[in-house]
Amino acid sequence: MAGVLVSTTINGDAVDFACPQDETLLDSLRDRVGLTGVKEGCGTGDCGACSITLDGRLVCSCLVLGVEANGREITTIEGMADGNKLHPLQKNFIEHAALQCGICTPGFLVAAKALLDRNSNPTEEEIRYALAGNLCRCTGYDKIVRAVQASAKEMRRKR
Amino acid sequence: MRYEAPTSTKEAAALLAKEKGKAYILAGGTDLIVQMKTGLIEPDLMVDIKHIQAMQTITTSASGTRIGASVTGAEMGENKRLKKTWPGVVEATNLIGSDQIQGRCTMVGNLCNGSPAADSVPAMIAARAKAVVVGKNGRRTVAVEKIVTGPGQTSLAKGEVIEAITLPKRPARSGDAYLRFIPRTEMDIAVVSAGVNLTLERGVVKTARIVLGAVAPTAVLVPAAARAIIGTKLDDAALEKLAAACSAACNPIDDKRGTIEYRTKVAGVLGRRAAKIAYQRAGGA
Amino acid sequence: MGHDTSYTDQEFKVVGTRVNRPDGIDKVTGRARYGADAYAPGQLVGLFLRSPHAHARIKKIDTSRAEKLKGVKAVVTSADLPDLTDGNRGLLDILENCMARDRALYDGHAVAAVAAIDRQTAKRALKLIKVTYQVLPHVTDVDEAMKPDAPIVQEYVATDGLPSNVSQVNQFGHGDVDKGFAEADVIVEKSYKTEQTHQGYIEPHACLASVSPDGSGELWVTTQGHFGFRINCAQLLGMDMAKLKVTASEIGGGFGGKTHVWVEPVALALSRKANRPVKVVMDRDEVFKATGPTCSTSVDIKIGAKKDGTITAASAVLRYQNGAFPAIWGMLGAMTSFACYDLKNVKSVGYDVLCNRPKVAAYRAPSAPMAAFGVESTMDLVAEKIGMNPVDFRIKNAAKEGTLASYGPTYGPIGIGPTLEAVKNHPHMRARLGKNQGRGMACGFWFNFGGQTCTDLNIGLDGSVTLTVGTVDVGGSRASLCLIAAEELGIPYEQVKANVADTASLGHNDMTEGSRGTFSSGMATIFAARDAIEVMRSRAADMWEIPLDDVIWEDGQAKAVGKKHGNLPTLSLKEIAAKSPNTGGPIAGHNEVVADNAGVSFASHICDVEVDPETGATKVIRYTVVQDAGKAIHPDYVEGQFQGGAAQGIGWALNEEYIYGDDGRLQNAGFLDYRIPVCSDLPFIDTKILEIPNPTHPYGVRGVGETSIVPPLAAIGNAVSNAVGVRMDHIPMSPPRILKALEEQNS
Repeated sequence: MAGVLVSTTINGDAVDFACPQDETLLDSLRDRVGLTGVKEGCGTGDCGACSITLDGRLVCSCLVLGVEANGREITTIEGMADGNKLHPLQKNFIEHAALQCGICTPGFLVAAKALLDRNSNPTEEEIRYALAGNLCRCTGYDKIVRAVQASAKEMRRKR
Repeated sequence: MRYEAPTSTKEAAALLAKEKGKAYILAGGTDLIVQMKTGLIEPDLMVDIKHIQAMQTITTSASGTRIGASVTGAEMGENKRLKKTWPGVVEATNLIGSDQIQGRCTMVGNLCNGSPAADSVPAMIAARAKAVVVGKNGRRTVAVEKIVTGPGQTSLAKGEVIEAITLPKRPARSGDAYLRFIPRTEMDIAVVSAGVNLTLERGVVKTARIVLGAVAPTAVLVPAAARAIIGTKLDDAALEKLAAACSAACNPIDDKRGTIEYRTKVAGVLGRRAAKIAYQRAGGA
Repeated sequence: MGHDTSYTDQEFKVVGTRVNRPDGIDKVTGRARYGADAYAPGQLVGLFLRSPHAHARIKKIDTSRAEKLKGVKAVVTSADLPDLTDGNRGLLDILENCMARDRALYDGHAVAAVAAIDRQTAKRALKLIKVTYQVLPHVTDVDEAMKPDAPIVQEYVATDGLPSNVSQVNQFGHGDVDKGFAEADVIVEKSYKTEQTHQGYIEPHACLASVSPDGSGELWVTTQGHFGFRINCAQLLGMDMAKLKVTASEIGGGFGGKTHVWVEPVALALSRKANRPVKVVMDRDEVFKATGPTCSTSVDIKIGAKKDGTITAASAVLRYQNGAFPAIWGMLGAMTSFACYDLKNVKSVGYDVLCNRPKVAAYRAPSAPMAAFGVESTMDLVAEKIGMNPVDFRIKNAAKEGTLASYGPTYGPIGIGPTLEAVKNHPHMRARLGKNQGRGMACGFWFNFGGQTCTDLNIGLDGSVTLTVGTVDVGGSRASLCLIAAEELGIPYEQVKANVADTASLGHNDMTEGSRGTFSSGMATIFAARDAIEVMRSRAADMWEIPLDDVIWEDGQAKAVGKKHGNLPTLSLKEIAAKSPNTGGPIAGHNEVVADNAGVSFASHICDVEVDPETGATKVIRYTVVQDAGKAIHPDYVEGQFQGGAAQGIGWALNEEYIYGDDGRLQNAGFLDYRIPVCSDLPFIDTKILEIPNPTHPYGVRGVGETSIVPPLAAIGNAVSNAVGVRMDHIPMSPPRILKALEEQNS
């Protein structure tokens, strides 16, 4: 199958990859760029495990074509920590036991960061609705919501 | 499959017109790429319209509001002026999927996918929205209710592209609202839905449009429901008549999302509830 | 090795603390590698062709065009998986489920598989395979399947010599129920149905298989038990177990669904045929259609009681739909149904019934939630009829130490009474309710399993400790096991690192199922640590040149005791480890155990709901779980298990169900219409951990993973009944079902 060359910026680095034109960005990121922190849970936009940001906008990478990423900026879970310093959300997910199996965790973290970037003080309800596109089957969401609340508080303090 | 990203509507229309194989328009892709993934469609050509400037913006003029075809739900939600003028249209569009879906999905995509349960469509029809259609014979403006002809079917000819949706100028004391029923609180397809748009005069409903979704092969405009409340202050008797008219207008199916009885009953409930919200938004007590 | 497993009531230093899990950073940075995250040089993509029919004879499969497609390296059908099971029908069932033989038995049953250089080629190849089916009559409903004229799913299954879909009938109980019912002042009899649900783990099944021409192979796979997978794959493919190395990836949820092989033997067969590594990742619709959901059921419950609240008799008939292959789910339902209560006369009969649906697998406390739905709903009905508070009614009849359980054993110290007392005294029970709101409660039971476990503990030269276990970590067990090792050795938690070993590196371990991970691997860890301590004591004795009996191990160090040696400075674990090359070599501890006597576990849940009487929508507005953990090794992850189980139960109660069309095809094979709870559906889930020690575990551990899914179905049913006055007898209590019940009540 004829592929096309796609030039992107991923987590701040210039990255080129070639992919067939009907390939999803999820598959390109995982199988061609090697960013397997982006997970596939459904491939149909229902679970959020493949969440990334595309030009700063939260999207499911399974519902984007690889070719669409040409000239655009992508961030994935692999770009969330600042060097070896975890993002407050990452730290709080560990400390609040907000993950069990962990497969949904990258998507939750990316989505939660997108929420806190635009709303530094969300209510419980706002958190729950903002994360409704991310399915978790282990935790019942309780500790996830608490970890996001703790992160928001911590990030507000640091501002 | 070939992917093309034209920069003008005309170019997009031309690409679609000359393609011999199966051609699809890619806006947000939140339906299209799912259909590809599940094997429902196998496109030969995909025309990405997100690089067309005329489709990227929300503009307001003396004649009303124009929303470009590639404007996402999230962008609509962030547009304060639009949200204030057409809260029902915006809330309907914002109900499509998760925040992730909102980052990609578009009203026009929601419309052209042709689902009877599309959230933005009843709200658009209630709002008297029109589609700006561009094809090889130029440009035409079509009422949104004329676009979808059946599940997955539209009246658009080969090579035609919707460039934008227009919403009319808003009279004072107007309000619109959209409600849908889903089993969960998020992430579901509407089991039944209702969009209401009305204008008041001294607290009395002067004009109204009431549209139901997911109760028939296409969204249904229910003039009888509108008649039930026009000339009233939305008293309980009027609301009951509205609900009855909504239920009477239903021609639903039994499926995995709901039953005929359920949809018929709840259409009335939602019509009534949405009318109350619209009434309040219009400044009614 | 006869270790004393008795509970010792020791004071803990690190066990019970809320430490950070060792795999946390990998999991929040995207570094953790799951089933689909492995890549091998030259790997192929494996895809499956699946039956579109619920039941069909496979007359012919023509793979010739697919084989000729450029880029296709192997095509496999049942012809490539010969029957090597030597009359073992259970094993043949596993093989037949992995790849249909003469008949497709359910929608989604695999009929062929291809391996190709990329996904696009593999997809095209699937389209070139021509299967000639003769469609056969099918049955998907459990009650229909038991009728005399029902289509027969498995021809080898018979009842009284006649072909039947009932694969087995099991009866449990004691006393004389007829006599008991005759003594009752009130009797309530009611029938219930529950629909089929799926575990819904977010990670689809995935594996990377590689078989060499010399017959050796490797399998990287997401599984709850890689040792069990090795046994099954080796047996089905005729490989030596020792030559098949199975590595468990990080697992993205299992809940019982990853205890069986599905695509793995076929992936190995593809690799063997292609002589290339083959990666198989299931699509979500394949996960729903062709892995193992839990049973749909039909249950009749009858309970009789005296006016003072004493239950005089209880009986249950339970029909569990097993899918297309015989299993034991109805039996487990019959065993668990009345386990919470102290009953003089009790009888439960469980039917295992075949249908044209996917092979059922375990799902968290498998079979118990459906039985509990019937029993706990009926308990409320009886309480109402005799005018007694439902909590008091349950307390009066609760099983206790010495109770003869309905399924056979006599209980030791158990937690049902204490969980009920805790519920009765919980502030949640006194909180005020609003309009259309109602409160319900219900109880649940699970056995908990033990089983075979094998653990190594190696002490490095620097005194850091490698704990090597064979039970897959599904929800934080590595943290718990590190805590246990640190506790035993007397060292900080951070000094221990737990790893899950592959099958080539450790003896057999049973699956992580039945809430056995922390219980059994914890027990083996305790004994492996004690084994290492014995080595270190002897090294210290040698270093000091004193008798072994004069060396004790305390606070992570060897101490010399007795008048003669009391003034010797202590030797820390680190000091002993540093000297180990010269004192006898590496220091290691080891243990293998069949960890019997897992402690039974009980829970009582409280739930508040609000029902919209115009739409039938039900929202859970408050939820409390009270459960006996025995001992909470890591309380965060115990709470997490309680919350996760409750959330799954809530989803099951309200919205989740397999919906089959008249054509026998599954209509909602995706997360869009198979509606698991989303974040905005749920409230915070409050938890209360009770610790009633299991007398047969040194730390008192019981399992904690499963019981929490048992009560929610009935707790919500009872709450709905209290909110709007309708008694729901069909799970899920979806909005259309509730609205229909409300309308029937009003008319």
